[in-house]
Amino acid sequence: MELTLWTYEGPPHVGAMRIASSMEDIHYLLHAPQGDTYADLLFTMIERRGKRPPVTYTTFQARDLGGDTAELVKGHIREAVDRFKPKALLVGESCTAELIQDQPGSLAAGMGLNVPVVSLELPAYSKKENWGASETFYQLVRGLLKNKTKEEIHISRDWKQEDRKPKVNLLGASLLGFRCRDDVLEIKKILTEYGIEINVVAPLGATTTDIEMLPEADANICLYPEIAESTCLWLERNFNMPFTHTVPIGINATNDFLNELFGILGMPPIDPNNVYNKSKLPWYSKSVDSNYLTGKRVFIFGDGTHAMAAARIANEELGFQVVGLGTYSREMARPVRLAAKELGLEALITNNYLEVESAIEETAPELVLGTQMERHSAKRLGIPCAVISTPMHVQDVPARYSPQMGWEGANVIFDCWVHPLMMGLEEHLIGMFRHDFEFIDGHQSHLGHLGGNEKQTKSLKQNNDDEENNLSSTNLNSPIWTSDGEAELAKIPFFVRGKVRRNTEKYARQAGCRKIDSETIYDAKTHFRA
Amino acid sequence: MSGSTLLKETGPREVFCGLTSIVWLHRRMPDAFFLVVGSRTCAHLIQSAAGVMIFAEPRFGTAILEERDLAGLADAHDELDRVVKDLLQRRPEIRTLFLVGSCPSEVIKLDLARVAERLNESLKGQVTVLNYSGSGIETTFTQGEDGALKALIPLMEPSQEEQLLLVGTLANAVEDRLFTLFKRLDIPKVASLPPRQSTELPTVGPNTRVLLTQPYLTETARCLKDRGAQIIQAPFPLGVEGSKIWMEAAAKSFKVSNSLVQTTLEPLVNRANEALKPYKNQLSGKTLFLLPESQLEIPLARFLLRECGMKLLEVGTPYLNKELMQSELDLLPENIRLVEGQHIEKQLDRVRHHSPDLVVCGMGLANPLEAEGISTKWSIELVFSPIHGIDQAADLAELFARPLHRHELLQKNNKLFAQV
Repeated sequence: MELTLWTYEGPPHVGAMRIASSMEDIHYLLHAPQGDTYADLLFTMIERRGKRPPVTYTTFQARDLGGDTAELVKGHIREAVDRFKPKALLVGESCTAELIQDQPGSLAAGMGLNVPVVSLELPAYSKKENWGASETFYQLVRGLLKNKTKEEIHISRDWKQEDRKPKVNLLGASLLGFRCRDDVLEIKKILTEYGIEINVVAPLGATTTDIEMLPEADANICLYPEIAESTCLWLERNFNMPFTHTVPIGINATNDFLNELFGILGMPPIDPNNVYNKSKLPWYSKSVDSNYLTGKRVFIFGDGTHAMAAARIANEELGFQVVGLGTYSREMARPVRLAAKELGLEALITNNYLEVESAIEETAPELVLGTQMERHSAKRLGIPCAVISTPMHVQDVPARYSPQMGWEGANVIFDCWVHPLMMGLEEHLIGMFRHDFEFIDGHQSHLGHLGGNEKQTKSLKQNNDDEENNLSSTNLNSPIWTSDGEAELAKIPFFVRGKVRRNTEKYARQAGCRKIDSETIYDAKTHFRA
Repeated sequence: MSGSTLLKETGPREVFCGLTSIVWLHRRMPDAFFLVVGSRTCAHLIQSAAGVMIFAEPRFGTAILEERDLAGLADAHDELDRVVKDLLQRRPEIRTLFLVGSCPSEVIKLDLARVAERLNESLKGQVTVLNYSGSGIETTFTQGEDGALKALIPLMEPSQEEQLLLVGTLANAVEDRLFTLFKRLDIPKVASLPPRQSTELPTVGPNTRVLLTQPYLTETARCLKDRGAQIIQAPFPLGVEGSKIWMEAAAKSFKVSNSLVQTTLEPLVNRANEALKPYKNQLSGKTLFLLPESQLEIPLARFLLRECGMKLLEVGTPYLNKELMQSELDLLPENIRLVEGQHIEKQLDRVRHHSPDLVVCGMGLANPLEAEGISTKWSIELVFSPIHGIDQAADLAELFARPLHRHELLQKNNKLFAQV
């Protein structure tokens, strides 16, 4: 049993719903009690869809449990197939139905329906949403393709000999995925520039016919490993389809991705000089006003794919210092641990947002790249933040074109990450100029009352306090800040002030100082630099 | 109901389960914690319904059952003890802990009453542990509050004191206002359930008159009756008319003089009717379809028909308690189409067939209907907004007028939108 106050991922059947809702002509029969229909609002409210998810819930109640729930399930299946006339039917159960063991998949298979049935077994008490989406996509692809032999499907990967353009599938984009809609557009655009055709995009916007056409491509592009990797592996095993492993988020990763794909397709590698001008990120990062980005301490948490991509961009392309890296995707724990190790860190693998919050507090970063939950945590801690990953919030489905992948994605990322930092700088300037007579008091930036402003005010107020007063009210074990010490501390920019305060106290305890004055701060600074 | 056509429908439903009511209950009693014993789905449901994100550590959570709890490898009782201990250590300010049963905990027959009893013994009065079920297999949406309040009743001290007890969660501001008004009516003592602090429970006894503020408190009303309280029959305090009859019924049971009642309420009624006028103009003649969800459908339909002049196409309700709803049904004309239960697909077919001016529905259905050109109002908004009482009648009407107003505004000012 696990105490959960808030969770990054929903149950696995919500993952299955993401696949069903992403596609055009399938229906999902979900054996689930009344109340599980809440999941519809994720699609109609958060993703702002104008269509209901193609899901029929059996919504059984306690009084049904005494009777024949199997008949109830069959009735709903018959009605759903008649009404919605899907080209394929997914059949599965949510957590409660799993306990009553009606086997809805077998029931559906035995009904002689004239539609392919894909039975889903998604263990609700051990797995989560992304796993459910991955498994559903895999089972659906396998279900629709397993009876087709390699000979039956015309396969020739030699596009040059066939005198045609190379063609690829884009796999893994789904509803409730982070900026999937725009990533697909961006990657399509880039590949078209290089004369590569898109065979199928799936599951987002795909039909069952599209799924049947998957083996006709020369290669698969695994856009989101969380969703598409198991499908790509199966297609590789059964249809000899190679797939790309690099996720094209960031300039370097997009470059690597293209070279990986060109290698697979037998195309020449791209000219690095050509890459530099594709996005504004490299120049913006080099330009003199980006000097203040140097060594910015950044804490990263999200799904595996986006967290690792962010770490690479932060480290290689923006000259930040990554001080924390973690993920809630247990399935991605291994590669995230490796990525963290390369940066000299230990990865934080957890499902508990409070653990993430205390890790942020502990590392005292200057920028947090996280999920919407880390945005809240960062706000509480007064640290700038940009959102890089699911779980989805209505803000993560912007009206404007806003990809994460490819060249335009790099532009979007530069703006998204750097603007909150500039706001941070603005806070600092407000602090600097607040004593000028032109300054209008009460100015608030995006950090509101938690920004540097309040801290500044607080420490100034403390300066005026009687030192004796300070002495009596402080815990005996912790060193005491003299007004001289506090005044020195107040001169330090707010965004590092917390860290300096903690380090100085740590040093004072180690050195056995009872009082902290300006000298102690300098001693501590030297101590930690050495 | 005299002779309205009551139809029953079964099929797939699109309603929240009782767990959802935690979203407003935890705000009402800040010293209480609601611990759902359930699955990841339960946790995900509450956080999705609670407005997607939380701004501080919430006073609700889920003890998520895992495979080893189900396989009997770990004694679920021991595990729950451990989780509760951790939680109380972390949140020492909690005075009342509600263990909330869910679909999976009901199906595996986890005896939460026994767990609560054992925890109460070991906690020795520091924290009171209670239990009720919010499972979807037994409860719909607002019924969760019925369960939570019922669980509090055994803790209420007996008393002979004459008092008016308002039962059902109200917005604090609305409750303050009602207290003031009942004081003007010379009613000696007014208390409320749930209280604002879980430990400050009202008393109950033969001289307690219960006035229900919400229509979904079937079990709570029955248990208060068992404790000797008298239940005042009245329509619910939505709209000018309903709220007036509701207050008059309370005054009558305390034998307040008719003249005091009239001099107190008349100015309020006149003012409220004046405030209602602009919305009445907007709503009058417009057609309305209420999908079943919150149990507020019947009182709302009565208000929108009688005071705002809307035309009722269909009034859906998840279940119908004829006894509690009688005063409401008496106010509805005979030809109303009243549907208990749901077959969501057939019901949506009827919505499309009638193409109503406004549909009251759950959050999952609103945007799909809007995309078909049908204006909607979320039913969940009605359990969050201060809508009760005479003074709130115009605000209540405004909630329904706003989507219509917006629709017209966009049509009028925008040629492109008008074509869609």
